[in-house]
Amino acid sequence: MSDTTPLLQLRGVNKSFGVVHVLHDVDLAIYPGQVTALVGDNGAGKSTLVKAIAGIYPADTGDYLFEGEKVSVHGPKDAAALGIEIVYQDLALCDNLDIVENMFLGRESKNGIVLDESTMEAKAREALKSLSVRTVKSVRQSVSSLSGGQRQTVAIAKSVLWNSKVVLLDEPTAALGVAQTRQVLDLVRRLADSGVGVLLISHNLTDVFEVADRITALYLGRVAADVATKDVTSRQVVELITTGTSSDLDVAPRPSTTV
Amino acid sequence: MADIISDAEQAGFANDLTQSNTLGDSVKAYVQRVRGGDMGALPSIAGLVVLFIVFGLANDRFLSNLNMANLATQAGSIIILAMALVPVLLLGDIDLSAGVAGSTGAAVMGLLIVDHGQGWAVAVVAGLLTGTVIGIVTGVLVAKLGIPSFVVTLAFFLGLQGVLLKLIGEGGSVRIDQPVISGIANTNMSVLAGWIAAVVIIVVFAALRLLQHRRKVAQNLQHQPLAVVIVQIVAMAVVLLGITLILNQNRSVNPNFPIEGIPYVIPLVVVLLIAWTFALGRTTWGRHVYAVGGNAEAARRAGINVDRIRISVFMMCTTMAVVSGIVLASYGGKVSTASGGGNTLLYAVGAAVIGGTSLFGGKGKASNAVVGGLVIATIANGLGLLAQASWINYVVTGGVLLLAATVDAISRRRRSATGL
Ligand SMILES: Nc1ncnc2c1ncn2[C@@H]1O[C@H](COP(=O)(O)OP(=O)(O)OP(=O)(O)O)[C@@H](O)[C@H]1O
Ligand SMILES: [Mg+2]
Repeated sequence: MSDTTPLLQLRGVNKSFGVVHVLHDVDLAIYPGQVTALVGDNGAGKSTLVKAIAGIYPADTGDYLFEGEKVSVHGPKDAAALGIEIVYQDLALCDNLDIVENMFLGRESKNGIVLDESTMEAKAREALKSLSVRTVKSVRQSVSSLSGGQRQTVAIAKSVLWNSKVVLLDEPTAALGVAQTRQVLDLVRRLADSGVGVLLISHNLTDVFEVADRITALYLGRVAADVATKDVTSRQVVELITTGTSSDLDVAPRPSTTV
Repeated sequence: MADIISDAEQAGFANDLTQSNTLGDSVKAYVQRVRGGDMGALPSIAGLVVLFIVFGLANDRFLSNLNMANLATQAGSIIILAMALVPVLLLGDIDLSAGVAGSTGAAVMGLLIVDHGQGWAVAVVAGLLTGTVIGIVTGVLVAKLGIPSFVVTLAFFLGLQGVLLKLIGEGGSVRIDQPVISGIANTNMSVLAGWIAAVVIIVVFAALRLLQHRRKVAQNLQHQPLAVVIVQIVAMAVVLLGITLILNQNRSVNPNFPIEGIPYVIPLVVVLLIAWTFALGRTTWGRHVYAVGGNAEAARRAGINVDRIRISVFMMCTTMAVVSGIVLASYGGKVSTASGGGNTLLYAVGAAVIGGTSLFGGKGKASNAVVGGLVIATIANGLGLLAQASWINYVVTGGVLLLAATVDAISRRRRSATGL
């Protein structure tokens, strides 16, 4: 894998909230066409890492590279402009707006100064159509009336809508039932197969082993390991998550900064 | 990217409904929404009808043409102030100082005309700018420092009453007799102009709605059944023509001096209503106001500058509040040190909430202010005619505000239960 350039790469990222040092020299790489799983215990800093990438809590120090180029991301707009779409753990949808309005929030189509509702509705329907949601009656339905899985689908559909290059999903299946988890995982795989770089955060190792090509384990804000899925067993990953090391893992516990 | 999904899976949104098929279905859907807690303007319209019946039976002068015109003029400043407050309420904030700020702007305008011999246009612009500045300062304090809007605007409510005292002088007042300003509340459109304006508005409204409907059908977008669109147009035409008909009657008690025509304050309200509805419903700014009110964090993550939206909303609110202050001054013929204080603001908040704007943010429309403002003005007007002691007026208005807030809170709970 090291011969392709990562779509998105972080090097030596640190992030503190006041005196709480949450991320320590974190390295992360997301490759095109691959699903990278980010695993770690509660509070390991996974969501914080995602928010650093999104520009919501920009990192204190460290490099942010997109397609090999150093970039600076200071806000959600910068990340969106690069083609990074994020599906947040705590769903970032506005309950009082409908599906179309949510999918275009912050990036509305306009005719002059007037919102171009027709274009937005048609594009949103197009994007959603491709995700085979059977239970939603209308794209003009208020988001508050959707189930957890449907909301998740709307959030993921944004990445289809905006033709994103990198999609970060923070525990997208945590609140979902069996069938909807299946759908989301299939979707994650298909996104990657179409060339998108996907980062999947999940506590469910079965899911991780099913869809991920690489696994990055965070332990107390440090990268414990960055390995190919086929090189590790579930038991080893559990060890990495809970203790930060794995005795019989024949990869370097800390990968070098140059991937 | 749609090609990453195989055809067999395109089941879901491919057949989502783009219209509820018949008028009956739409009515059913509406009833369901109301039962689910999404009441909108329904309680206030029902309330208005009840109030008209009660006051009409209690006092035969209530439904007279003269009183109807009077009521419309009284409602004007309340409606405009309520409209100003709607975007602030949409954010889940409150502006307690809007009434006083409006009168401060009106005082600046009055003083420029009376003491400095300025033309009315310059004076009005200066008055509006006074409001803009107050709004920006309020907005910055709320958005950047994070002080609750309740506290900031309460401070302004007190502080600006002091400013008003200083501007006008203890116990004094600024006379408003400039013909244009005074004319807003005290003169009427000619009968012919009134009819023309009403018909033009109806025709334009109907054309826009029908064109929009045809476009949506043609592009296979979500749309209402044609019957619903037609019902809306007809209802709108009936109301507008009815109002025009009543106000175009001679309402003078003196047969030698006929008074007829639509008071100018009504077209002013209509213009502001159209502008405000457009800004909130059809522009990015409006969409972002709803988004921030619905979920500020989601809005921030979507790249919306939440602080800027909040500041702009306070700025627009106070600027518009000055318009209301000017209408109030026009109606009363003066700006006094007490103008805009007292219950002015609570009337306006009550109007917006009664009309269906939620105090919890994220839900409301400019048109809510119109219906709610009419309810409040009707109560004040009707009780006034019945020559009730003013304490009753206070108690009843307070009760109605409380009732509206209760309806708001309960329907919010039901909405979250039914997921509407
Ligand atoms: N805004 C914040 N201010 C202060 N501390 C924060 C903030 N956000 C996160 N933290 C802290 O950072 C640490 C990592 O949190 P984070 O949400 O990234 O964990 P996580 O790996 O996503 O956990 P989970 O699996 O439970 O979602 C926690 O100790 C948390 O308390
Ligand atoms: Mg998390």
